[in-house]
Amino acid sequence: MSGPREPTGPELERMSRGALVDLGHELDSVRIVAQEPPRRPGDVRGERRARRRVTLLLVLSLLCAAAFAWAYLFWPTGYVPPGAPGHTANLLYTPLLGVTFFGAVGALGAAMILYVRSFYPDEVAVQHLEKGPSAERDRFTAGATLAEAGEHTGFGRRTMIRRLGLTGLGAVGILGGLVAIGGLVRNPWRQRGDAPLWTTGWKPVGDEPVFLRIATGDPKDITKVRPEDLEPDGMITVVPFRESERDDPEKVHDAEMAPDNPVMLVRLPPGTPVANPPGREDLHHGDYYAFSKICTHLGCPASLYDSQQQIFLCPCHQSEFKITEGARPIFGPAARRLPQLPITVDADGFLVARGDFPDPVGPSFWEIRRGQH
Amino acid sequence: MGLVARSLARGTANAFDRRFKAAGAVRRQASHVFPKHHSFFWGEFALYSFAVLVLSGVYLALFFVPDTTEVVYRGPFEPAQGLYMSRAYESVLALSFEVRAGLFVRQLHHWAALVFVAAMILHMARNYFTGAFRRPRELTWLGGVALLALGIFEGYLGYSMLDDLLSGLGVRIFSGLLLSVPLVGTWLHWLVFGGEFFGDIWISRFFVAHVFLVPGLLIALIGMHVGLVWFQKHTQFPGPGAREDTVVGERAMPGFASNTVANGVCVLAVLGLMAGIFQINPVFLWGPYVPSQVSTYIQPDFYAGFLIGGLRLWPRWEIHLGAYTVPAPFWVGLVLPLVMFALLAAYPFLERFSTGDRAAHQVLQRPRDNPTRTGIGAMGLVFWGILFLSGATDVLAASFDVPFELLVWAGRIGLLVLPPLAYVVVRRICVGLQRADRDVLERGVRTGVLQARPDGVYVEVRRPPGGADRQGRPIPLEYGGARVDHRPATSPEPVGEEPR
Repeated sequence: MSGPREPTGPELERMSRGALVDLGHELDSVRIVAQEPPRRPGDVRGERRARRRVTLLLVLSLLCAAAFAWAYLFWPTGYVPPGAPGHTANLLYTPLLGVTFFGAVGALGAAMILYVRSFYPDEVAVQHLEKGPSAERDRFTAGATLAEAGEHTGFGRRTMIRRLGLTGLGAVGILGGLVAIGGLVRNPWRQRGDAPLWTTGWKPVGDEPVFLRIATGDPKDITKVRPEDLEPDGMITVVPFRESERDDPEKVHDAEMAPDNPVMLVRLPPGTPVANPPGREDLHHGDYYAFSKICTHLGCPASLYDSQQQIFLCPCHQSEFKITEGARPIFGPAARRLPQLPITVDADGFLVARGDFPDPVGPSFWEIRRGQH
Repeated sequence: MGLVARSLARGTANAFDRRFKAAGAVRRQASHVFPKHHSFFWGEFALYSFAVLVLSGVYLALFFVPDTTEVVYRGPFEPAQGLYMSRAYESVLALSFEVRAGLFVRQLHHWAALVFVAAMILHMARNYFTGAFRRPRELTWLGGVALLALGIFEGYLGYSMLDDLLSGLGVRIFSGLLLSVPLVGTWLHWLVFGGEFFGDIWISRFFVAHVFLVPGLLIALIGMHVGLVWFQKHTQFPGPGAREDTVVGERAMPGFASNTVANGVCVLAVLGLMAGIFQINPVFLWGPYVPSQVSTYIQPDFYAGFLIGGLRLWPRWEIHLGAYTVPAPFWVGLVLPLVMFALLAAYPFLERFSTGDRAAHQVLQRPRDNPTRTGIGAMGLVFWGILFLSGATDVLAASFDVPFELLVWAGRIGLLVLPPLAYVVVRRICVGLQRADRDVLERGVRTGVLQARPDGVYVEVRRPPGGADRQGRPIPLEYGGARVDHRPATSPEPVGEEPR
């Protein structure tokens, strides 16, 4: 190595600390070009003031840490409803933690910054940079070493073994990938015509009627819908219900939680001009129209109902669907109509579905047009 | 230091060095020179936020139950009592209401995530506009781009798995985007969700990705990123002594190390204050996810805003190929972000290709000194900003009482018109700023003081920073890439301006 002569042990022993630091900097190509004391020498008052400030901050930090610990352990916490005694006190728990935490940690940080500013020498150091590639010597020797190592493996000569080996390595990689991904693969079309993307909970099973039940969130509250339950311009969210499931709250709940099932039932005011598109002429029952609540864009509930303009609006990406034109998308990113559920009234006067949606529910996908009936 | 402590320290150091031969490396790293500038802080800010994220995240994982199984809530939070919810959501309510400082740590984690991404964006902007990504730092830049993309994805995974009404819609949108992929979309969806949306496995999978896979990648990338910054040395702004083959600043010990540790402590303090007094993502107010329910003002965390904005602006262009369909959201929900990140990643190489600048750079540029780059950056920021604002069309429409259809159209047109306009304007501003700097260096600082010459002509008094020659003409100075002082008071003697 070029540069300073390597000093001997006894020489190093004799060197002062300053000389040793200088030697180190010489080895590391570092030069201290300016090193100012933080204040004029002999500025006793400045020194004292800085010391006082740092001390104050550290004491403040400790006090806040104690306050944090006290609040953490003894301040009342937990939910207290508004109006009940202790509501405000409990509400203050988290803010109190935040403020005391900020005091404890922030004052510590400020003390550190102030300490560095007040007591460290103000220095400008310059380090020389070894730019670019390695030294020629290193590059040539490294290249030769690797080339020789490659030569010793003999892969260059034995092409057959090399190719087989690489293929084997690739095969192991593919195997690993296969095992990693393979177990996750599921066939979306295993049930063919009954695949989940083609069907919803409205699909009839046997002859059992599928009623429109108001989505209440409570599986014990079963309210089947009659036409007279809805005022003109009214809209309710309904989910499928079968009498055989009445005593099975779990199934009732599942029908409500299935993402494809929610339907918006609208009663248009009598005499509203309606332009039903081809294929949707007879899906409604009088002024009652039932549309899937699931937006055909990306699946949010398109449930903001504007009865003035007869529009459904999806709050996620603002697609608008014109109810009186077969839920045609009239603005925004959705490209397909909301699927319409065929409905009628049974002998007892309850609204029932006449079958599953004729169109697939929810966002579009590659195969979707193969499922449109 | 006491005698015992000193001999103990010496003994430890000797024992360590006998085993690892580390003295040379320790000396070298202790005198490592690090440049100083306030804008270099954003990267540190992101780093310390990430440290807070890891620590608070481990704590949260001790309480969170990644389980879709539905239960009826019987906890202390009265408004939710009797509601059906997943165990995941229930565990978040329990953490928020029944664990001391549980809500505090949860909000600390959420705020740290927001600050982490925000600091990364600012850090990236600083690096972009000063040309820090140029050779030899392309790999550092690529790592940064990957960190930003992963950071956004990690944040999305984190708030999704709480399974509240707001995040449930985000998961629904993610599901719809998976379905929108041509050819393999449905298979991809089944692969991720294990079946039709939402199934009963997704929270476990999001959880594994959020606490294990993505953080692992993030830690590895951060290690690489910071390691490269350290061993390639940090870039520096032009200034006295700052050359392509030097680093001007302070040594790692004690100055830089003390300052950066103090900065980290301050970041922690600010995050703690935010966690305590600014409510963030109060999932107990949103309620559990129910597929038929929705609220208005659907707003994700800010870093996902540009994605939702794109989805709102993109027209309903479904492409039909025979019996098959390419759904419209595919282009804007998946292709657009991929293209945006690909352009970010490719930028250093595109710039090198178009300018032919293959040199290694240690000294940064001021944004004005590279008007084309700064203009392109402004173009990108405006594009991103319009997408971001369009993600809030509903809130803006309600706040300013304008129809949101108008805002959507404004966004669509703005997205095409404003970025090129920003490019032209910002480029122009940069050139103007350059000329203003040159004007000061060559003719002097404007003082605003008028002087009547004997021939009756009024001239402005100038103070040239390089002084004046015998004839009173300013001595022009060369522009060195550093800030030029435009304040009259700090310049030397005045010189009468020649009338033009």
